[in-house]
Amino acid sequence: MELLNAIILLLNYTIIPALTYGSQLALGAIFVTLIYGVLRFANFATGDMMSFGTMFAVLLTYYFQSIGVGLGILPTALITLPFAIIAMIFYMLFIDRFVFRYYRVNKSAPVQLAMVSVGVMFVTQAIIRIIIGPFDRRFLDGEKFILKASEFKEMTGLNEGLTIKSTQAITVVITIILVSILFWFLNKTKTGTSMRAYSDNEDLALLSGIDPKKVVMLTWIIAGFLATIGGVLYGLDKSYKPFVYFNNMLPIFAAAIVGGIGNPFGAFLGGYVIAFAEIFITYAYKKFFTYLLPESLAPDTLVQLLSTDYKFAVSFSILVIVLLFRPSGIFEGKKI
Amino acid sequence: MKNYLNVITAYSIMLFLIIMVGIFQSWSIALSILNYCLISAVMTMGANIQWGYAGLINFGIMGYTALGGLAVVLVSVAPVPEAWSVGGTNMLISLFLIIAIVFSIKFILKKYKNNKYRNYLISLVIIFGIILIRVVASQGIEAIESVNPAKTGFLGGLGMPVLFSWLVGGLFAAGLAFVIGKIALGLRADYLAIATLLIAEIVVSIIKHEDWLARGVKNVIGLKRPVPYEIDLQTSSWFINMIEKLNQGKLNLINSVTEKRDVLNQLVIDASSVYVKLCMTGFFLTVVIMLLFVTQKALYSPWGRKMRAIRDNEAAAGAMGKNIVKEHLLIFILGSAIVGIAGAMMVTNDGLFTPGSYRPMRYTFVIWVMVIVGGTGNNFGAILGGFVVWFLWVEAAPIALFLINFFTTHLDDANSLKVHLIESAPYFRFLMIGVGLLVIMRYRPKGLIPEKINVK
Repeated sequence: MELLNAIILLLNYTIIPALTYGSQLALGAIFVTLIYGVLRFANFATGDMMSFGTMFAVLLTYYFQSIGVGLGILPTALITLPFAIIAMIFYMLFIDRFVFRYYRVNKSAPVQLAMVSVGVMFVTQAIIRIIIGPFDRRFLDGEKFILKASEFKEMTGLNEGLTIKSTQAITVVITIILVSILFWFLNKTKTGTSMRAYSDNEDLALLSGIDPKKVVMLTWIIAGFLATIGGVLYGLDKSYKPFVYFNNMLPIFAAAIVGGIGNPFGAFLGGYVIAFAEIFITYAYKKFFTYLLPESLAPDTLVQLLSTDYKFAVSFSILVIVLLFRPSGIFEGKKI
Repeated sequence: MKNYLNVITAYSIMLFLIIMVGIFQSWSIALSILNYCLISAVMTMGANIQWGYAGLINFGIMGYTALGGLAVVLVSVAPVPEAWSVGGTNMLISLFLIIAIVFSIKFILKKYKNNKYRNYLISLVIIFGIILIRVVASQGIEAIESVNPAKTGFLGGLGMPVLFSWLVGGLFAAGLAFVIGKIALGLRADYLAIATLLIAEIVVSIIKHEDWLARGVKNVIGLKRPVPYEIDLQTSSWFINMIEKLNQGKLNLINSVTEKRDVLNQLVIDASSVYVKLCMTGFFLTVVIMLLFVTQKALYSPWGRKMRAIRDNEAAAGAMGKNIVKEHLLIFILGSAIVGIAGAMMVTNDGLFTPGSYRPMRYTFVIWVMVIVGGTGNNFGAILGGFVVWFLWVEAAPIALFLINFFTTHLDDANSLKVHLIESAPYFRFLMIGVGLLVIMRYRPKGLIPEKINVK
């Protein structure tokens, strides 16, 4: 019984939140890694592009709510996703056409493209703040919980409750579906293979008749999907605030590099590595040990490795360690 | 002279703009813009040394700025004796423990070169050390933070003159740069950018959350200044006499004695703030000119030539026997130290240390925009970039407001679009900076004042 309580406690406070957060990071990290693999630059506008897509979803959600369209128990934001994705893809293609393409055609150094992406970051951030403002917004509607702590306690008779928020379930399910489709596409279809070929060796790919324009366009389209869905899922789970999205860029980068930049599967796992590390290291295990150990041994401190203030610092430290010992990432990088 | 024509024109335009602000808004605002321009110029010089001279990309500017600010607190604030007596020993033991850990890791690295358990041993030392430090420090931290938490709650500083802290800020930043350089300099350019960005974030989060060190997000206010205080000036007779003399003509027009005194009072209050800011400008200008002199000399010295050679062709420079790793580390440290000095100057100028305000947007990316816009590899360009971008950053909101009003004159005042746009006027600064950066990168990739290599 005590053991079950301890497991449920961990599940409720660490594993489920980490899975959710990890999925959100993973989508962003795949986005970063795809851009890096195919277009060969570190995109510093990542967080703001995710924020841009989410902004459309938020505005459309408000609109749909006002005309009374909804999904019942599911959040309205899910209907708005396709529209937001289309808007996002148009924005990305527009930016690529007028900003990034020039440098790609001129074969500029990756650093220069990264600096250009900083410019895009400023502009995107400005547009977002001018349109929707810098405020914190919640746009979740429908059923909030799948399983409430009190219900769980009644059902099982345990001391510890297990809460599953609907956003957590939606996040994990959508991530699994999206990522499986993406990997199927990259590995099994001809277009996906041509993308991988282009990222592996550009010249050879051009020789074998792959159209670079098509590959680049496809990359931005996939990026539009990933950025918007990742952003909306994060916004549903927590809340939508432009500044937070900008900050999320940092753990996303950490996840992409930890997983080996340029390697989508690595980025996917990297998201979970970062999320689990952040939550496990900053969780206070006092209650957990109180359940497991006999009363005389029960700890009187919080049994916390690092205070939650250092949540971000944990992921960055992992990144630094990985860069020191395996600069190409845990899973071999620079391939897609 | 002809070579410098574009530099002189650019700087004259900048000066003219600041004077315009002085005439149309107020001299106090113009001087505070000028002061911040000078501080930004120091930061861009630091970043320019790294990026322009050596091609090293450093997105960690925020971290060095924050460390420079921390130096001001640690050097100039008076010590808190009670805090030292309750928790000082614990903190000193912790410091000793950290040093011991570092040295034992160094020892392990040296002694067990080819041992496969080496990494495990190192991680064991680190984990054990962290646990030990937490046990020792937590009591001390608790005791220190409970000493008059509303006002102090930290160890305080050394109580030394504040100007000295600018030097210490540089040293702190140099120390951090040494560590980061050792870790990250071998990485490729874009990895280095990301790594430095994240390490800076770690540094700031430590400063934010270690309350015993510098009160964390509770801020330290009322820092010392190297210049007199406005209040003291307003009561000192020589200052009042000076203002009276300067405004003789204006005052003579007023007949009534009480009215005359009121006008004089107002003049003295305005003038005191201008005088204080002017003194600050003097200090900052000295630093900028000194740094400019040194960096210009360095740029045209054999050392500067070597750095350019390494930047333009690393492999060739390596083949000629230049030690690239060492030179990169050196220039990384030098540039960061300059940024640290700028951080200390900024906190001194503000008179308060607010760790919560250190954000990558303002302290890393805007500084980078300054370097790119001004001209990489050219010190005059970098300084100009600092001036132009900071000026835009401050004046963007008034300009945007003016433009919005101009283009929406035909709309009703209560029109929701107009109201919305006016409310979001402050955010147009991001738009201006971003578009400016994109345009410069596209049409003038070398910046406003490009690098000129004419070896004398």
